Amino acid sequence: MDFSISEEQSMLADSVSKFIDNDYDFERRQKIAESGDGYSKDFWRVYAELGWTAIPFAEEDGGLGGGPVELMLMMEQFGRGLVVEPYLANIVLAGGALRRAASKEQKAEWLAPLIEGNLQAGLSFAEPQSRFNIADIKTTAKQNGKGFLLSGSKTCVLNGGDAELLIIPARTSGKPTDEDGITLFAVAADSAGIERRRFPTVDAHQAAEIRLNDVKADATAVLGEIGKGFSTLQAVIDEATLAVCAEALGIMRTMHDKTVEYSKQRVQFGVPIGSFQALQHRMVDCLMACEQSQSLMMWAVMVNEVDSPEAQRAISAMKYQVGTAGIYVAREAVQIHGGMGVTWELDISHYFKRMTAIDLLFGNADYHLDRYVRLSRQRGVNDE
Amino acid sequence: MNVNLSAEEQAFRDEVRKFFAEKYPDDIREKQDKGIPLAREDIIRWQKILYEQGWFAPNWPEEYGGTGWSAIQKYLFAVEMSAANAPTIVPFGVAMVGPIIYTYGSEEQKKRFLPDILASNVWWCQGYSEPGSGSDLASLKTKAERDGDYYIVNGTKTWTTFAHQADWIFCLVRTQSDVARRQDGISFLLIDMSTPGVTVKPIITIEGDREVNEVHFENVRVPVENLVGEEGKGWSYGKVLLQHERTNGVGVARSRYRLNRLKEKAAQSIHGAQPLIDDNNFARKIAATEIELQALEYTYLRTLAAVAIGKAPGPESSILKIKGTEVQQALDALFVEAAGYYALPYVPEQYAIDFPDDEHVGHGDETKSSLQYFNNRKATIYAGSNEIQRNIIAKHVLGL
Repeated sequence: MDFSISEEQSMLADSVSKFIDNDYDFERRQKIAESGDGYSKDFWRVYAELGWTAIPFAEEDGGLGGGPVELMLMMEQFGRGLVVEPYLANIVLAGGALRRAASKEQKAEWLAPLIEGNLQAGLSFAEPQSRFNIADIKTTAKQNGKGFLLSGSKTCVLNGGDAELLIIPARTSGKPTDEDGITLFAVAADSAGIERRRFPTVDAHQAAEIRLNDVKADATAVLGEIGKGFSTLQAVIDEATLAVCAEALGIMRTMHDKTVEYSKQRVQFGVPIGSFQALQHRMVDCLMACEQSQSLMMWAVMVNEVDSPEAQRAISAMKYQVGTAGIYVAREAVQIHGGMGVTWELDISHYFKRMTAIDLLFGNADYHLDRYVRLSRQRGVNDE
Repeated sequence: MNVNLSAEEQAFRDEVRKFFAEKYPDDIREKQDKGIPLAREDIIRWQKILYEQGWFAPNWPEEYGGTGWSAIQKYLFAVEMSAANAPTIVPFGVAMVGPIIYTYGSEEQKKRFLPDILASNVWWCQGYSEPGSGSDLASLKTKAERDGDYYIVNGTKTWTTFAHQADWIFCLVRTQSDVARRQDGISFLLIDMSTPGVTVKPIITIEGDREVNEVHFENVRVPVENLVGEEGKGWSYGKVLLQHERTNGVGVARSRYRLNRLKEKAAQSIHGAQPLIDDNNFARKIAATEIELQALEYTYLRTLAAVAIGKAPGPESSILKIKGTEVQQALDALFVEAAGYYALPYVPEQYAIDFPDDEHVGHGDETKSSLQYFNNRKATIYAGSNEIQRNIIAKHVLGL
């Protein structure tokens, strides 16, 4: 058992951390978020040049062969900096599906430019009725000669408005919510029959509602096996869940640190408000929430590194933690900042909004506690 | 980062597991499994078996009889000990006063006291709290006045666990009153419980048992050679001790064992009822507690790993104390919930080895669930209440 990170991993964390400190202060972040693009194309090129967009991909695919540890280290820093560049949508979601299911030819066509930073992509994991159940797919893919016709609605497609490539799970057989019969398609976003409504989300990221009206997809657009896309989709969403949990951890720590600092500066009744025991104990509870979350994160990452049978359960445990302890820390941070905590001007409110979004992404605390229970039932009491 | 045990760690775990399978006495195991209280002799017999194996004091430096184990090894040992349902080591000697003596004591004191602690020849208890000094420990009033080669001790200590069974007590006493800081002028004194003037009165606690006591000192003559370290510096020694107490008191391995037993119980049909685990509300409560425990386990291991590279358990140990006791109490409450009506019968006398089976109320030890729940309300109060722990963290970690 070993909790330490390697020298290379530590260098990666330092490089992202330095970028946040030197180039991504809150003022800059707000300018980027409020620009028309919603993210910085210049910075996206920088991320590619620094190799960050190549991290999770195999070396033979042009990647750097990173795993959950590298993802955690990077996402924690992205959380601290409230980074709005679509790393999750491009690299973890769309890239995650390509990495796992694409053929050599498909990788050459889509994955290579994605890693180079020359392609924007998204993966549609939700439909209007699906809530957090990724198997709840009504979008159909009907056989049309050698290809397919896709029809249906996708909601909250991250980076969906800017994506040039869309990864679309659609049903080739079975009932909505069946795991069997889901097929993944890689489709150019400008294909005929795709209607997109682009919008910013409350946390200053970008997403889109997408309607598919008999969109033609060739047989070459199928990622992996027909009808067997669920396991890929599940693995991608699990990894994305782990990624946003790490981001949330960075946010929690930052909100907590800023709150403690603020309580030392803010004077009321002639003394810093941090001298009040009522507030001290709450900030201690926040510190404990951060430490416990850090611990669970390490567990989740470590069991996912080795693909342990506990891997999925650990991800759900961590997401539950983020939805409870993370939200707790975020709410306390706003409360202790008082009126300043609810202004657009101060960064605290923007951290709060990102934490709110992360809680909802890929299933909230309730959803993941139930999933944890379900996965535990599948394992025995003393299996661990 | 690597979650897997190394080959050495696995071999170590197997060795420990084998030891518990072979050397842990069946009669003690039977009492533990049935919820029958252990006699003092049982505990001493078991602790001596650990001592003979050389495994009684894993946290001590090797030169004083420690094992030289890594942090992970220590934890694996604790996990195996809990998995065997072996009794928790009585902490007052080996975990509390021992480290103070080998850190601050004289060579003569080390020679005199440490071997008997290791061999469980001497049973210790702790004299910190007083009737008027609980959370505000530095206000303590028990006085030790110098009279030639003796201190004359007068005062009262309270909540003294096992004072009625102990041979010695370690105390914080006031040796000087006219001090600038109340924490000054407090000394760390070792007192033989058989000294004239020491009397012990029972305190019966919420579950109906005698575990704690009040200890009165009336003109008790204590040789000055029983002073540990410098006169007036006892507070700082005691603080270190409390940090040890907090790190030890976290009980992660024990909580893991109890959680697994709870899950086993919940998966069975008891009294012909539907297994409780089928109730999603209960299953979710177990899950939430398990997640908190999993987090705590890693927080604990991270702390051990930090200690292993030379950091003393500092104020962060307060986090372990708070979270560790919260998890314990969450488990206590879940056992009561699992027992349902069978948490109500108050029949402690049935937890005896010769009690007739056909008069036993409830399944197994389920009627003990409420007594454990009542008894362990103390966990968030002792060793510095969890509110005091929050004060410590606020001051020393957050700098507030």
